[in-house]
Amino acid sequence: MGKYFLLKITRQIVFYTLLIAVWEFFFRLRLWPQYLFPSPGQVLETLADGFENKTFLVAIGVSLRRLVIGYAISMFFGTLLGLAIGKVRALDETVGGFFVGLQTLPSICWLPLAILWFGLSESAITFVVVMGSLLSITIATDGGVKNIQPIYLKAGENMGARGAGLFWHIVLPAAFPSILAGLKQGWSFAWRSLMAGEILFVSMGLGHLLNMGRELNDMSQVIAVMIVIVAIGVTMDGVVFGVAERKVRRLWGLQKA
Amino acid sequence: MRVVLKRVHKSFQQKGQRVQVLRDVNFTIEEGEFICVIGPSGCGKSTLISLIAGLEFPDSGEVFVDSKIVEGTSRDILVVFQEAALFPWLSVLGNVEFGLKIAGVPERERRDRALEAIKMVHLARFVNAHPHELSGGMRQRAALARALVMDPKVLLMDEPFAALDAQTRQMLQVELQEIWQKTKKTVLFVTHNVREATFLADRVLEISARPGMIKKEHPIHVPRPRREQDPQLLALQARIMSSLKDEIEKVARQELDTDYELSKSGVLVPVDRNVGSNI
Repeated sequence: MGKYFLLKITRQIVFYTLLIAVWEFFFRLRLWPQYLFPSPGQVLETLADGFENKTFLVAIGVSLRRLVIGYAISMFFGTLLGLAIGKVRALDETVGGFFVGLQTLPSICWLPLAILWFGLSESAITFVVVMGSLLSITIATDGGVKNIQPIYLKAGENMGARGAGLFWHIVLPAAFPSILAGLKQGWSFAWRSLMAGEILFVSMGLGHLLNMGRELNDMSQVIAVMIVIVAIGVTMDGVVFGVAERKVRRLWGLQKA
Repeated sequence: MRVVLKRVHKSFQQKGQRVQVLRDVNFTIEEGEFICVIGPSGCGKSTLISLIAGLEFPDSGEVFVDSKIVEGTSRDILVVFQEAALFPWLSVLGNVEFGLKIAGVPERERRDRALEAIKMVHLARFVNAHPHELSGGMRQRAALARALVMDPKVLLMDEPFAALDAQTRQMLQVELQEIWQKTKKTVLFVTHNVREATFLADRVLEISARPGMIKKEHPIHVPRPRREQDPQLLALQARIMSSLKDEIEKVARQELDTDYELSKSGVLVPVDRNVGSNI
């Protein structure tokens, strides 16, 4: 394991070094004007400046705040709705189908509606984030509940669990791996919706910063902000959800440790 | 507790068709008796267990446990399922504690009782292991402990050893025999293995192919502890085997070709065959 890990790291370092070298090489050919094709060094400088004068930090703070609020709402209602749809047949046949239909609508299509209802406000962006992530969390949770092996329910009932006890001790843990997968997907949808929303209209935030780069013809700012957005995405996906998912998979015995 | 089935009928809806699985089933399990139910696949053996456990209900007829009609699940009547019914998100201890937790037993007491049950099935070293870390045999031990810890009056076992290899299976049979002698539970044990049935049971009930009916009853008057190679058991096995053959043939004819005949195809050789006579 240790040896393979070293090899993997080496490969990755070589890959990224090469990538940057190629970038630098094309920059030095001077095929395009500098403001359209900055060098890696210039982007790095913009990144450092952005963090130093706090504009990036403020933007990250604003974006993450919006994300957390919207995502928390989605998480709460999405899981609840999913569990309800998974358990109640009548809800499944009505709301369930409706949600699957709505899910096909890209979340940014909710923006015009949100602006008309809420104006150019925080509520509008929160609404778009919620609509982006709630449905996928609901659908994944619903699927998790429906795919519970009947033998677990039977065994639970046999040992005296019913009603809320059955739900809390069997349904929820049995569906948990799917719920977590839904939360992960919901998170990345929320992130995408937020960026789209911020680029289109809302002040502050990373999306706005990205758009400002365009308006100022400042490609190094555009690329620097993109790098920040990717970094946040990778951190959440890999670190937070990655760790949680590995732990759950190991405990539930879904993969060989 | 005494278990009594009276004129029990049960059918299922399958692909829009009504399939009768049990027809007019009558039998009694005396308190503390070990009954094995044997029969071809699909004869309603598992349904029998669901009916006694209160997980399902008969179309007509009655199931009595302790002279009361079964109206739902009860902590006195527990099932050990065929396989994989342990909860994967709980450790062995968590699984064994589960029923006690649902019953509201205080934490300290339930831990002690669970550990005792785990010891009884020799899993003490795997208290904190999760089901996927255990072998098939260990899982069935844990499942047995999960039922025993509740101290049920009736233990229903639905082919609990069917998925195990022969050695593990035999080991568990011997241990189950010991545990039963110690605890004197009323046991209904479903199996399709004649050897297992004769080794464990006071009485073997033979069920016919679908629709399941009690076809024959074979008392096993062999003192315990029994040995696998006991000639008395072997003779009983031969008798049950030949009686079962017709039923297995019937199922094969339903599932395969209508002219299927077991003895010709040589799947089951008559037990009393004269070895070497065909040379």
